[in-house]
Amino acid sequence: MGHGHDHDDDHHDEDHDDHHHDQDHSELGEMDVRVRALETLLTEKGYVDPAALDELIDTYQTRIGPRNGAQVVAKAWVDPAFREWLQRDATAAIGSLGHGGRQGEHMVAVEQTDETHNLVVCTLCSCYPWPVLGLPPTWYKSAPYRSRAVRDPRGVVAEFGVTVADDVEMRVWDSTAEVRYLVIPQRPAGTDGWSEEELAELVTRDSMIGVGLALDPSDVGRAEPT
Amino acid sequence: MTAGYISHADLGGTTGHGTIDAEHGEAPFHHPWEATALALTLAAGAPGGWNIDMSRSARETLPNYLALSYYEIWTVALERLVVEHGLVSRHELARGAASEPRDTSRPVLTADRVPVALAAGGPADREPAGPARFAVGDRVRTRAGRVDHHTRLPAYVAGRVGSIEHVHGAHVFPDTNAQGLGEQPTWLYTVVFDAQDLWDDATHNQRVSVDAWEPYLAPAGESW
Repeated sequence: MGHGHDHDDDHHDEDHDDHHHDQDHSELGEMDVRVRALETLLTEKGYVDPAALDELIDTYQTRIGPRNGAQVVAKAWVDPAFREWLQRDATAAIGSLGHGGRQGEHMVAVEQTDETHNLVVCTLCSCYPWPVLGLPPTWYKSAPYRSRAVRDPRGVVAEFGVTVADDVEMRVWDSTAEVRYLVIPQRPAGTDGWSEEELAELVTRDSMIGVGLALDPSDVGRAEPT
Repeated sequence: MTAGYISHADLGGTTGHGTIDAEHGEAPFHHPWEATALALTLAAGAPGGWNIDMSRSARETLPNYLALSYYEIWTVALERLVVEHGLVSRHELARGAASEPRDTSRPVLTADRVPVALAAGGPADREPAGPARFAVGDRVRTRAGRVDHHTRLPAYVAGRVGSIEHVHGAHVFPDTNAQGLGEQPTWLYTVVFDAQDLWDDATHNQRVSVDAWEPYLAPAGESW
């Protein structure tokens, strides 16, 4: 997918001819100016509090991200009661760890098993469980992933380095409503006795979407005991 | 036939979009303006009064949707929303300066309320108006034809037979909510399809589900 510097066929806002830089392909500059203009206008009118913008940005840049989901997964690995709660009522179980709210109001957790490999996509837009994974990566929101994940999921996960055997079912969840899906990866071997905090280090964002697996102990510099 | 409502965002199963560019970094923004675009969209929703289905509708109908990056889509759609919902006039947007008075009755999201607002979110579940028509295990056929408004039934499952896997309760119906016709809550189901019932070239041992509202579904034996 291109980076959208070609606005020639943009007919929706004829009032905005000053934003059309047909000769100027400096996309960054154009969008900088355009977003700043909107910010200034809404602030001037008193509809937007600049301090609220800073707070929102800081929240999603530093406070809400995949470490939250990793905490959920690690707890599910060590605590059978929590795992059962997660399967029965993921919104409440995740909420008990302090994660919830916007774009995570209705959570469902789906477990990777030896029989089933789950993969999450939003073919219609970019639905993603913000409270546990943060904001989605660019590829998740892009046309190549959204178009192919439902049609060739095995090929898609292979491109991320995950081989799903033919006898393992590929199960794709297209997030078309306000339900948000969190994949619970399988616990890696060689992690007996690890604490939740140590286990959480093995849980990647990609493993909670279904395009990755949890890391092996050797990936974090710990050898399996012999 | 004249084209009515057209979504450019219904991409499931379509081809020709190139390869997946999987960057493994976790930085949510690649330019500072992207962060501002996200924050502006979230903050302006309070005084703007639009709902999430109106936002999605504004984005998916941008004629050059596929040529725009994600936050370009958000920005252009936000420009559209702030005008349509009366926060700013076309004139003000074109000039980039405020010239009309503020409507003081509109709520503003202040910094101190951000954590509370994000934690509250916008739950979509509602009290059902009546019993669910379908139960887990029922075979259902999805709506076959196109509709002339925002909808959340992807084209790749239209007119196909699947099974009810889960009943989520009654949720806000996006088709009416996006049009300003009210929430009209209706039952929401997870409907799972065998991939071989969706694609000629599907491999075996593959299933795909969507979450579908009751008006999108009929018993498998009935036709639309």
